Amino acid sequence: MKFSIVIYSAPYSTEASATALRFSKSLLQQGHEIYRLFFFGDGVHNASRLTVVAQDEQNIQKEWDTLINQHDIDSVACVSSAIKRGIVDQTEAQRYELAAASSNPSSEIAGLGQLIDATLHSDRVVNFG
Amino acid sequence: MSDAKQKNKGNKKSITFLSRSAPYGHNNSQLCLDMALASAVFEQEVNYVFIDDGVYQLLKNQDASSIQTKTLGNALETLELYGIENVCVDEESLNSRNLNSHDLLAEFKLVNKEAIQSLIQQSDNVFNL
Repeated sequence: MKFSIVIYSAPYSTEASATALRFSKSLLQQGHEIYRLFFFGDGVHNASRLTVVAQDEQNIQKEWDTLINQHDIDSVACVSSAIKRGIVDQTEAQRYELAAASSNPSSEIAGLGQLIDATLHSDRVVNFG
Repeated sequence: MSDAKQKNKGNKKSITFLSRSAPYGHNNSQLCLDMALASAVFEQEVNYVFIDDGVYQLLKNQDASSIQTKTLGNALETLELYGIENVCVDEESLNSRNLNSHDLLAEFKLVNKEAIQSLIQQSDNVFNL
């Protein structure tokens, strides 16, 4: 089955994004397909590449990045949510003359249209957060 | 998935938004509105249901200028302009908060739990926040 996953929560504050991560891994293990990950609202923090986590703790952003790269998943962080939270790619950083790009290149910064497209092309859309 | 839903796949879907958070304290209400508007722009069939504390979003005479925020009620008044015509309010949620339709910023369809239940059943996707 084709799934899309929407994540509204920042990592660490609530369990939601860690649960979404485990859910996504399980889906792929069971042979399902992920059409798209969509990070929305505080969820965009999951796409940050500027994180440092204590060695004995789970690095959720890094695990998302690894999962996305390993399985070549289409991953999107909502642009309006992202830029106001300092989650920017190279293009946005240049456009707004910011000091650095902060998003993982594995996630694209794009609009809500990508979420609607995901609802059109997925058998299930599952929300976390 | 029913045949009717299957037929719609890939072009138009019925998407229901259950907006259940009060305005201003959390951005859930804004995220829900953004998703609904995007769905309408992409010409999906949108149902918008205000339930639980979500009914507070519809109170008339809102003015969020003193908290440097856009007044959510103003945007909700324009839903119809964006082609979101099926806007419903859970009557029980109003009643339990000692509110009635006269407290709301426009005339909305009042519905009961059974009507919401069947709306959910008929929908391809449900967003609940």
